[in-house]
Amino acid sequence: MEKNGLKRTALFETHTALDARMVQFSGWEMPLLYSGIAQEHRSVREAAGLFDISHMGEFQFDGPDALEFLNHILSNDLAKLEPDSGQYSLLCQDNGGVIDDLYAYRLGQDRYLLIVNASRLEVDWMWIKAQCNSNSKSLQLEMTNRSGELSALALQGPKAAEIIAGVFPAAVELQKNQIAELDFSGATTWVSRTGYTGEDGFELVVPNERVVSLWKQFMSLGPALGLMPAGLGARDTLRTEAGYSLYGHELTAETTPIEASLGWAVALDKPDFIGRETLAAQKQNGVSRRCIGFKMTSKSAPPREHYKIFAADGTGREIGEVTSGMQSPSLGCGIGLGYVESAHAKSGTDIEIEIRNRRFLAQVVKRPIFRKLD
Amino acid sequence: MSDIPTNLKYASSHEWVNVEGDTAIIGISDHAQDELTELVFIELPEIGRELTAGDPCAVVESVKTASDIYAPVSGRVIETNDALDTEPGTVNEDPYGDGWFFKIHLANPKELDDLLSPDDYGEQVNV
Repeated sequence: MEKNGLKRTALFETHTALDARMVQFSGWEMPLLYSGIAQEHRSVREAAGLFDISHMGEFQFDGPDALEFLNHILSNDLAKLEPDSGQYSLLCQDNGGVIDDLYAYRLGQDRYLLIVNASRLEVDWMWIKAQCNSNSKSLQLEMTNRSGELSALALQGPKAAEIIAGVFPAAVELQKNQIAELDFSGATTWVSRTGYTGEDGFELVVPNERVVSLWKQFMSLGPALGLMPAGLGARDTLRTEAGYSLYGHELTAETTPIEASLGWAVALDKPDFIGRETLAAQKQNGVSRRCIGFKMTSKSAPPREHYKIFAADGTGREIGEVTSGMQSPSLGCGIGLGYVESAHAKSGTDIEIEIRNRRFLAQVVKRPIFRKLD
Repeated sequence: MSDIPTNLKYASSHEWVNVEGDTAIIGISDHAQDELTELVFIELPEIGRELTAGDPCAVVESVKTASDIYAPVSGRVIETNDALDTEPGTVNEDPYGDGWFFKIHLANPKELDDLLSPDDYGEQVNV
Protein backbone atom coordinates (compact mmCIF):
# COMPACT_ATOMS: atom_id res chain seq x y z
CA MET A 1 0.00 0.00 0.00
CA GLU A 2 1.20 3.52 -0.70
CA LYS A 3 0.25 6.83 0.86
CA ASN A 4 1.85 10.28 0.32
CA GLY A 5 4.50 8.57 -1.79
CA LEU A 6 5.52 6.35 1.14
CA LYS A 7 4.95 2.61 1.15
CA ARG A 8 3.22 0.94 4.06
CA THR A 9 3.55 -2.66 5.16
CA ALA A 10 0.52 -4.84 5.82
CA LEU A 11 1.17 -4.18 9.53
CA PHE A 12 0.80 -0.39 9.28
CA GLU A 13 -2.51 -0.26 11.18
CA THR A 14 -1.13 -2.69 13.75
CA HIS A 15 1.76 -0.30 14.42
CA THR A 16 -0.40 2.79 14.69
CA ALA A 17 -2.83 0.95 17.01
CA LEU A 18 0.22 0.30 19.24
CA ASP A 19 0.94 4.06 19.15
CA ALA A 20 4.25 3.50 17.36
CA ARG A 21 6.27 6.50 16.27
CA MET A 22 6.49 6.15 12.51
CA VAL A 23 9.43 7.40 10.43
CA GLN A 24 10.42 7.46 6.78
CA PHE A 25 12.92 4.77 5.93
CA SER A 26 13.99 3.99 2.35
CA GLY A 27 10.64 5.09 0.95
CA TRP A 28 8.66 3.24 3.62
CA GLU A 29 6.71 4.46 6.62
CA MET A 30 8.09 2.23 9.39
CA PRO A 31 7.93 2.11 13.20
CA LEU A 32 10.96 3.80 14.81
CA LEU A 33 9.87 2.83 18.29
CA TYR A 34 6.85 1.75 20.35
CA SER A 35 7.67 2.11 24.07
CA GLY A 36 11.25 3.39 23.73
CA ILE A 37 14.44 2.38 21.93
CA ALA A 38 16.45 1.46 25.04
CA GLN A 39 13.57 -0.54 26.54
CA GLU A 40 12.93 -2.43 23.28
CA HIS A 41 16.66 -3.04 22.95
CA ARG A 42 16.85 -4.53 26.44
CA SER A 43 13.82 -6.73 25.83
CA VAL A 44 15.62 -8.29 22.84
CA ARG A 45 18.81 -8.85 24.89
CA GLU A 46 16.95 -10.26 27.89
CA ALA A 47 13.71 -11.80 26.53
CA ALA A 48 12.45 -11.20 22.98
CA GLY A 49 11.43 -8.55 20.48
CA LEU A 50 9.17 -8.72 17.41
CA PHE A 51 10.14 -6.62 14.37
CA ASP A 52 8.22 -5.87 11.18
CA ILE A 53 10.81 -6.31 8.42
CA SER A 54 8.30 -6.48 5.56
CA HIS A 55 10.09 -3.63 3.79
CA MET A 56 12.94 -6.00 2.95
CA GLY A 57 12.97 -7.64 -0.48
CA GLU A 58 12.59 -11.29 -1.47
CA PHE A 59 13.94 -12.59 -4.79
CA GLN A 60 13.29 -16.19 -5.77
CA PHE A 61 15.40 -18.13 -8.28
CA ASP A 62 14.31 -21.46 -9.77
CA GLY A 63 15.98 -23.70 -12.29
CA PRO A 64 19.01 -25.89 -12.95
CA ASP A 65 21.22 -22.84 -13.69
CA ALA A 66 20.24 -20.91 -10.55
CA LEU A 67 23.26 -22.03 -8.53
CA GLU A 68 25.81 -21.20 -11.20
CA PHE A 69 24.23 -17.83 -11.93
CA LEU A 70 23.98 -16.76 -8.30
CA ASN A 71 27.48 -17.97 -7.52
CA HIS A 72 28.71 -15.72 -10.34
CA ILE A 73 27.06 -12.58 -8.90
CA LEU A 74 27.53 -13.21 -5.16
CA SER A 75 30.75 -13.11 -3.10
CA ASN A 76 30.13 -16.08 -0.82
CA ASP A 77 30.01 -19.70 -2.07
CA LEU A 78 26.43 -20.95 -2.38
CA ALA A 79 27.70 -24.37 -3.48
CA LYS A 80 28.97 -24.91 0.06
CA LEU A 81 25.44 -24.53 1.46
CA GLU A 82 23.52 -27.60 2.58
CA PRO A 83 19.95 -27.60 1.25
CA ASP A 84 17.59 -25.70 3.57
CA SER A 85 20.21 -23.33 4.93
CA GLY A 86 21.42 -19.80 4.33
CA GLN A 87 24.54 -17.64 4.38
CA TYR A 88 25.50 -13.97 4.51
CA SER A 89 26.75 -12.74 1.14
CA LEU A 90 27.50 -9.62 -0.87
CA LEU A 91 26.53 -8.39 -4.29
CA CYS A 92 29.54 -6.57 -5.75
CA GLN A 93 30.42 -4.54 -8.83
CA ASP A 94 33.38 -5.43 -11.04
CA ASN A 95 35.58 -3.10 -8.99
CA GLY A 96 34.57 -4.85 -5.77
CA GLY A 97 32.31 -2.00 -4.59
CA VAL A 98 29.31 -3.29 -2.67
CA ILE A 99 25.86 -3.06 -4.29
CA ASP A 100 24.14 -4.70 -1.32
CA ASP A 101 24.64 -7.16 1.50
CA LEU A 102 22.05 -9.91 1.79
CA TYR A 103 21.12 -13.37 2.99
CA ALA A 104 21.09 -16.17 0.41
CA TYR A 105 19.12 -19.37 1.13
CA ARG A 106 19.18 -22.70 -0.63
CA LEU A 107 15.58 -23.90 -0.44
CA GLY A 108 15.93 -27.05 -2.52
CA GLN A 109 18.10 -28.53 -5.24
CA ASP A 110 17.28 -25.81 -7.77
CA ARG A 111 15.55 -23.14 -5.70
CA TYR A 112 17.16 -20.17 -3.99
CA LEU A 113 15.94 -17.14 -2.07
CA LEU A 114 17.72 -13.82 -1.55
CA ILE A 115 16.59 -11.43 1.18
CA VAL A 116 17.84 -7.93 0.40
CA ASN A 117 17.77 -4.45 1.95
CA ALA A 118 14.71 -2.29 1.32
CA SER A 119 16.95 0.65 0.43
CA ARG A 120 18.66 -1.37 -2.32
CA LEU A 121 15.80 -3.54 -3.60
CA GLU A 122 15.28 -1.84 -6.95
CA VAL A 123 18.98 -1.30 -7.65
CA ASP A 124 19.66 -4.96 -6.82
CA TRP A 125 16.87 -6.26 -9.01
CA MET A 126 17.95 -4.17 -12.00
CA TRP A 127 21.57 -5.25 -11.55
CA ILE A 128 20.65 -8.94 -11.26
CA LYS A 129 18.39 -8.80 -14.33
CA ALA A 130 21.15 -7.07 -16.30
CA GLN A 131 23.67 -9.76 -15.32
CA CYS A 132 21.20 -12.45 -16.38
CA ASN A 133 20.56 -10.76 -19.74
CA SER A 134 24.25 -10.26 -20.45
CA ASN A 135 24.97 -13.94 -19.89
CA SER A 136 26.20 -15.45 -23.14
CA LYS A 137 24.34 -18.72 -22.87
CA SER A 138 20.61 -18.93 -22.41
CA LEU A 139 20.06 -19.83 -18.79
CA GLN A 140 17.50 -22.29 -17.48
CA LEU A 141 16.52 -19.91 -14.76
CA GLU A 142 13.36 -18.22 -13.58
CA MET A 143 13.75 -15.11 -11.41
CA THR A 144 10.84 -13.65 -9.45
CA ASN A 145 10.78 -10.49 -7.38
CA ARG A 146 8.26 -11.54 -4.72
CA SER A 147 8.78 -8.49 -2.49
CA GLY A 148 5.34 -7.05 -3.20
CA GLU A 149 3.38 -10.12 -2.12
CA LEU A 150 5.49 -11.20 0.85
CA SER A 151 5.81 -9.78 4.36
CA ALA A 152 8.43 -10.63 6.95
CA LEU A 153 8.88 -10.64 10.72
CA ALA A 154 11.96 -11.05 12.90
CA LEU A 155 11.46 -12.67 16.30
CA GLN A 156 14.71 -12.13 18.20
CA GLY A 157 16.06 -12.78 21.68
CA PRO A 158 16.84 -15.57 24.16
CA LYS A 159 13.11 -16.35 24.54
CA ALA A 160 12.43 -16.44 20.78
CA ALA A 161 12.59 -20.26 20.55
CA GLU A 162 10.15 -20.70 23.41
CA ILE A 163 7.73 -18.25 21.78
CA ILE A 164 7.97 -19.63 18.24
CA ALA A 165 7.33 -23.15 19.56
CA GLY A 166 3.73 -22.07 20.25
CA VAL A 167 3.14 -21.36 16.55
CA PHE A 168 5.71 -23.48 14.70
CA PRO A 169 6.81 -26.39 16.92
CA ALA A 170 9.16 -27.63 14.15
CA ALA A 171 11.06 -24.32 14.07
CA VAL A 172 12.72 -25.10 17.40
CA GLU A 173 14.66 -27.92 15.68
CA LEU A 174 16.32 -25.51 13.25
CA GLN A 175 20.04 -24.94 13.73
CA LYS A 176 21.60 -21.52 13.18
CA ASN A 177 21.23 -20.44 9.51
CA GLN A 178 18.82 -23.27 8.65
CA ILE A 179 15.50 -22.53 6.95
CA ALA A 180 12.28 -24.55 6.74
CA GLU A 181 9.13 -24.25 4.69
CA LEU A 182 6.31 -24.54 7.25
CA ASP A 183 2.55 -24.14 7.14
CA PHE A 184 0.80 -21.21 8.79
CA SER A 185 -3.00 -21.62 8.50
CA GLY A 186 -2.68 -22.94 4.98
CA ALA A 187 0.00 -20.51 3.79
CA THR A 188 3.56 -21.47 2.96
CA THR A 189 5.89 -19.76 5.43
CA TRP A 190 9.68 -19.67 5.38
CA VAL A 191 11.13 -19.77 8.87
CA SER A 192 14.88 -19.40 9.31
CA ARG A 193 17.05 -19.33 12.41
CA THR A 194 18.73 -16.06 11.53
CA GLY A 195 18.67 -12.41 12.50
CA TYR A 196 20.66 -9.21 12.72
CA THR A 197 20.62 -8.49 16.44
CA GLY A 198 23.39 -10.70 17.80
CA GLU A 199 20.80 -12.84 19.62
CA ASP A 200 19.27 -16.21 18.90
CA GLY A 201 16.12 -15.77 16.84
CA PHE A 202 14.08 -16.37 13.75
CA GLU A 203 13.04 -14.57 10.59
CA LEU A 204 9.71 -15.46 9.00
CA VAL A 205 8.47 -14.74 5.48
CA VAL A 206 4.70 -14.99 4.94
CA PRO A 207 2.16 -13.83 2.35
CA ASN A 208 0.98 -10.24 3.08
CA GLU A 209 -2.54 -11.38 3.94
CA ARG A 210 -1.30 -13.60 6.78
CA VAL A 211 1.23 -11.37 8.49
CA VAL A 212 -1.21 -9.53 10.76
CA SER A 213 -2.56 -12.81 12.06
CA LEU A 214 0.97 -14.16 12.61
CA TRP A 215 2.00 -10.97 14.44
CA LYS A 216 -1.09 -11.29 16.65
CA GLN A 217 -0.32 -14.90 17.48
CA PHE A 218 3.15 -13.98 18.66
CA MET A 219 1.84 -10.98 20.58
CA SER A 220 -0.76 -13.13 22.33
CA LEU A 221 1.78 -15.79 23.36
CA GLY A 222 4.90 -13.70 23.83
CA PRO A 223 4.27 -10.95 26.40
CA ALA A 224 4.11 -13.53 29.22
CA LEU A 225 7.73 -14.31 28.31
CA GLY A 226 8.74 -10.67 27.99
CA LEU A 227 8.15 -10.19 24.25
CA MET A 228 7.76 -6.59 23.09
CA PRO A 229 7.24 -5.11 19.63
CA ALA A 230 10.53 -3.47 18.60
CA GLY A 231 11.19 -0.78 15.99
CA LEU A 232 13.95 0.33 13.66
CA GLY A 233 15.64 2.29 16.46
CA ALA A 234 16.33 -0.83 18.51
CA ARG A 235 17.17 -2.76 15.36
CA ASP A 236 19.95 -0.24 14.68
CA THR A 237 21.39 -0.21 18.23
CA LEU A 238 21.27 -4.03 18.39
CA ARG A 239 23.06 -4.54 15.07
CA THR A 240 25.69 -1.93 15.94
CA GLU A 241 26.44 -3.60 19.29
CA ALA A 242 26.73 -6.87 17.34
CA GLY A 243 29.16 -5.12 14.97
CA TYR A 244 27.08 -5.83 11.87
CA SER A 245 27.34 -3.58 8.81
CA LEU A 246 24.43 -1.58 7.45
CA TYR A 247 24.19 -0.58 3.80
CA GLY A 248 24.61 3.16 3.31
CA HIS A 249 26.80 3.35 6.40
CA GLU A 250 29.59 0.74 6.54
CA LEU A 251 28.81 -0.53 3.03
CA THR A 252 28.56 1.55 -0.14
CA ALA A 253 29.56 1.26 -3.79
CA GLU A 254 32.85 2.92 -2.73
CA THR A 255 33.75 0.25 -0.17
CA THR A 256 34.71 -3.36 -0.78
CA PRO A 257 33.96 -6.35 1.48
CA ILE A 258 37.70 -6.63 2.26
CA GLU A 259 37.82 -3.02 3.48
CA ALA A 260 34.59 -3.67 5.39
CA SER A 261 36.32 -6.54 7.24
CA LEU A 262 33.88 -8.99 5.63
CA GLY A 263 36.54 -11.12 3.94
CA TRP A 264 34.97 -14.21 5.56
CA ALA A 265 31.99 -13.74 3.21
CA VAL A 266 34.21 -13.62 0.10
CA ALA A 267 34.94 -17.11 -1.27
CA LEU A 268 38.07 -16.60 -3.36
CA ASP A 269 38.35 -20.37 -3.78
CA LYS A 270 35.20 -20.65 -5.93
CA PRO A 271 35.06 -20.18 -9.74
CA ASP A 272 35.16 -16.65 -11.11
CA PHE A 273 32.61 -14.17 -9.79
CA ILE A 274 31.95 -10.46 -10.26
CA GLY A 275 34.53 -8.42 -8.34
CA ARG A 276 36.86 -11.37 -7.74
CA GLU A 277 39.95 -9.82 -9.32
CA THR A 278 39.90 -6.68 -7.12
CA LEU A 279 38.97 -8.58 -3.99
CA ALA A 280 41.69 -11.19 -4.46
CA ALA A 281 44.29 -8.45 -5.00
CA GLN A 282 43.09 -6.58 -1.91
CA LYS A 283 43.18 -9.72 0.18
CA GLN A 284 46.72 -10.46 -0.97
CA ASN A 285 48.18 -6.94 -0.91
CA GLY A 286 46.16 -5.51 1.93
CA VAL A 287 43.93 -2.43 1.94
CA SER A 288 44.68 1.13 3.04
CA ARG A 289 41.62 1.43 5.30
CA ARG A 290 39.48 -0.99 7.25
CA CYS A 291 36.16 -1.02 9.04
CA ILE A 292 36.51 -1.21 12.82
CA GLY A 293 34.33 -1.34 15.91
CA PHE A 294 35.17 1.06 18.75
CA LYS A 295 34.12 1.96 22.25
CA MET A 296 34.48 5.35 23.94
CA THR A 297 36.90 5.03 26.85
CA SER A 298 36.49 8.57 28.17
CA LYS A 299 33.24 10.18 29.26
CA SER A 300 31.74 11.90 26.24
CA ALA A 301 28.63 12.52 24.22
CA PRO A 302 27.83 9.55 21.96
CA PRO A 303 29.80 9.36 18.70
CA ARG A 304 27.72 9.92 15.55
CA GLU A 305 27.98 9.14 11.86
CA HIS A 306 30.53 11.37 9.98
CA TYR A 307 32.45 12.38 13.14
CA LYS A 308 36.17 12.39 12.38
CA ILE A 309 38.60 9.87 13.84
CA PHE A 310 42.14 10.88 14.82
CA ALA A 311 45.27 8.94 15.77
CA ALA A 312 46.02 8.81 19.50
CA ASP A 313 49.73 8.12 18.90
CA GLY A 314 50.85 11.68 19.51
CA THR A 315 50.68 12.76 15.86
CA GLY A 316 47.03 13.84 16.12
CA ARG A 317 46.55 12.94 12.46
CA GLU A 318 43.07 12.47 10.98
CA ILE A 319 42.82 8.75 10.17
CA GLY A 320 39.18 8.09 9.40
CA GLU A 321 35.47 8.64 9.94
CA VAL A 322 32.62 7.18 12.00
CA THR A 323 29.97 5.41 9.88
CA SER A 324 27.57 4.42 12.71
CA GLY A 325 27.62 5.78 16.24
CA MET A 326 25.34 5.79 19.24
CA GLN A 327 25.01 5.31 22.97
CA SER A 328 25.03 1.55 23.58
CA PRO A 329 21.99 0.63 25.68
CA SER A 330 23.75 -2.55 26.86
CA LEU A 331 27.12 -0.99 27.75
CA GLY A 332 25.98 2.48 28.79
CA CYS A 333 28.78 4.12 26.79
CA GLY A 334 29.29 5.43 23.28
CA ILE A 335 30.08 2.84 20.61
CA GLY A 336 30.42 2.88 16.88
CA LEU A 337 31.71 1.50 13.62
CA GLY A 338 33.93 3.39 11.24
CA TYR A 339 36.79 3.33 8.79
CA VAL A 340 40.40 4.02 9.79
CA GLU A 341 43.80 3.66 8.12
CA SER A 342 44.74 -0.01 8.37
CA ALA A 343 47.71 0.67 10.67
CA HIS A 344 45.20 1.77 13.35
CA ALA A 345 42.66 -1.02 12.83
CA LYS A 346 44.03 -3.57 15.28
CA SER A 347 41.86 -4.19 18.34
CA GLY A 348 43.27 -2.51 21.43
CA THR A 349 44.53 0.52 19.47
CA ASP A 350 43.69 3.87 21.06
CA ILE A 351 41.98 6.39 18.78
CA GLU A 352 40.26 9.74 19.27
CA ILE A 353 36.80 10.78 18.11
CA GLU A 354 36.11 14.45 17.47
CA ILE A 355 32.79 15.48 19.01
CA ARG A 356 31.82 19.14 18.55
CA ASN A 357 35.44 20.31 18.14
CA ARG A 358 36.81 18.36 21.11
CA ARG A 359 38.59 15.01 20.88
CA PHE A 360 37.70 12.10 23.14
CA LEU A 361 39.61 8.89 23.70
CA ALA A 362 38.20 5.63 22.31
CA GLN A 363 39.58 2.17 21.64
CA VAL A 364 39.32 -0.19 18.68
CA VAL A 365 37.54 -3.35 19.88
CA LYS A 366 36.82 -6.78 18.45
CA ARG A 367 33.34 -7.34 17.09
CA PRO A 368 30.79 -8.01 18.46
CA ILE A 369 31.28 -4.78 20.42
CA PHE A 370 28.88 -6.10 23.06
CA ARG A 371 29.13 -9.72 24.10
CA LYS A 372 26.98 -11.31 26.79
CA LEU A 373 28.76 -12.93 29.71
CA ASP A 374 28.16 -16.68 29.74
CA MET B 1 -1.61 15.58 24.49
CA SER B 2 1.50 16.78 26.21
CA ASP B 3 1.65 18.64 29.51
CA ILE B 4 1.96 22.46 29.20
CA PRO B 5 2.03 24.20 32.61
CA THR B 6 0.20 27.52 32.57
CA ASN B 7 2.74 29.41 34.72
CA LEU B 8 5.51 29.21 32.10
CA LYS B 9 6.40 30.89 28.82
CA TYR B 10 7.57 28.95 25.77
CA ALA B 11 9.81 29.30 22.73
CA SER B 12 8.62 27.90 19.42
CA SER B 13 11.82 25.79 19.51
CA HIS B 14 10.29 23.97 22.56
CA GLU B 15 12.17 25.49 25.49
CA TRP B 16 10.24 26.73 28.55
CA VAL B 17 11.11 29.76 30.68
CA ASN B 18 10.17 30.30 34.32
CA VAL B 19 10.82 33.89 35.41
CA GLU B 20 11.69 34.68 39.04
CA GLY B 21 12.59 38.38 39.33
CA ASP B 22 15.55 38.96 37.00
CA THR B 23 16.39 35.27 36.82
CA ALA B 24 15.00 32.84 34.26
CA ILE B 25 15.02 29.06 34.71
CA ILE B 26 15.11 27.24 31.38
CA GLY B 27 14.28 23.70 30.32
CA ILE B 28 12.61 21.80 27.49
CA SER B 29 8.90 21.03 27.16
CA ASP B 30 7.17 17.73 27.75
CA HIS B 31 6.42 17.62 24.03
CA ALA B 32 10.13 18.08 23.24
CA GLN B 33 11.32 15.32 25.57
CA ASP B 34 8.70 12.98 24.11
CA GLU B 35 9.78 13.77 20.54
CA LEU B 36 13.47 13.37 21.39
CA THR B 37 12.86 10.01 23.13
CA GLU B 38 15.07 8.76 25.98
CA LEU B 39 17.93 11.17 26.57
CA VAL B 40 21.34 9.64 27.22
CA PHE B 41 23.60 12.70 27.33
CA ILE B 42 23.15 16.42 27.91
CA GLU B 43 25.74 19.12 27.34
CA LEU B 44 24.94 22.35 29.19
CA PRO B 45 26.42 25.83 28.65
CA GLU B 46 29.30 26.95 30.86
CA ILE B 47 28.53 29.18 33.83
CA GLY B 48 29.30 32.78 32.95
CA ARG B 49 28.58 32.40 29.24
CA GLU B 50 26.63 35.29 27.77
CA LEU B 51 23.78 33.98 25.64
CA THR B 52 21.86 35.83 22.98
CA ALA B 53 18.26 34.75 22.33
CA GLY B 54 18.32 32.15 19.58
CA ASP B 55 21.89 30.92 20.28
CA PRO B 56 22.37 27.16 20.28
CA CYS B 57 23.53 26.72 23.88
CA ALA B 58 23.02 23.09 24.88
CA VAL B 59 22.96 19.71 23.17
CA VAL B 60 20.67 16.83 24.04
CA GLU B 61 21.45 13.37 22.78
CA SER B 62 18.99 10.51 22.55
CA VAL B 63 20.06 6.97 21.72
CA LYS B 64 19.78 7.84 18.04
CA THR B 65 20.38 11.56 17.50
CA ALA B 66 21.90 14.80 18.76
CA SER B 67 19.75 17.96 18.87
CA ASP B 68 20.54 21.58 19.70
CA ILE B 69 18.72 23.52 22.40
CA TYR B 70 18.43 27.27 21.86
CA ALA B 71 18.51 30.15 24.34
CA PRO B 72 14.90 31.43 24.48
CA VAL B 73 16.06 34.79 25.92
CA SER B 74 19.37 36.62 26.32
CA GLY B 75 21.43 36.63 29.51
CA ARG B 76 24.38 35.29 31.48
CA VAL B 77 24.36 31.68 32.63
CA ILE B 78 24.47 31.67 36.46
CA GLU B 79 23.69 28.05 37.33
CA THR B 80 23.42 24.69 35.54
CA ASN B 81 21.65 21.49 36.56
CA ASP B 82 24.69 19.28 37.07
CA ALA B 83 22.53 16.32 38.13
CA LEU B 84 21.69 15.85 34.42
CA ASP B 85 25.31 14.89 33.85
CA THR B 86 24.73 11.52 35.50
CA GLU B 87 20.94 11.27 35.13
CA PRO B 88 19.94 12.73 31.74
CA GLY B 89 16.73 10.65 31.84
CA THR B 90 15.42 13.05 34.53
CA VAL B 91 14.44 15.34 31.64
CA ASN B 92 12.14 12.63 30.27
CA GLU B 93 10.62 11.94 33.69
CA ASP B 94 10.23 15.48 35.01
CA PRO B 95 10.83 18.06 32.24
CA TYR B 96 9.37 20.99 34.21
CA GLY B 97 10.83 20.09 37.62
CA ASP B 98 14.07 18.21 38.34
CA GLY B 99 14.78 18.14 34.60
CA TRP B 100 15.51 21.92 34.34
CA PHE B 101 18.62 22.82 32.31
CA PHE B 102 20.11 26.15 33.46
CA LYS B 103 19.39 29.56 34.98
CA ILE B 104 20.29 32.89 33.43
CA HIS B 105 20.41 36.46 34.64
CA LEU B 106 18.10 38.18 32.17
CA ALA B 107 19.84 40.77 29.97
CA ASN B 108 16.68 42.13 28.39
CA PRO B 109 13.42 41.26 30.18
CA LYS B 110 11.46 42.78 27.28
CA GLU B 111 12.35 39.68 25.23
CA LEU B 112 9.93 37.73 27.43
CA ASP B 113 7.11 39.39 25.48
CA ASP B 114 8.29 37.60 22.32
CA LEU B 115 7.76 34.17 23.89
CA LEU B 116 4.61 32.08 23.45
CA SER B 117 1.85 31.84 26.01
CA PRO B 118 0.90 28.31 27.17
CA ASP B 119 -2.19 28.50 24.95
CA ASP B 120 -0.23 29.55 21.87
CA TYR B 121 2.43 26.93 22.48
CA GLY B 122 -0.29 24.32 22.97
CA GLU B 123 -1.74 25.25 19.61
CA GLN B 124 1.68 24.85 18.00
CA VAL B 125 2.33 21.34 19.33
CA ASN B 126 -1.12 19.81 19.52
CA VAL B 127 -2.54 20.60 16.09
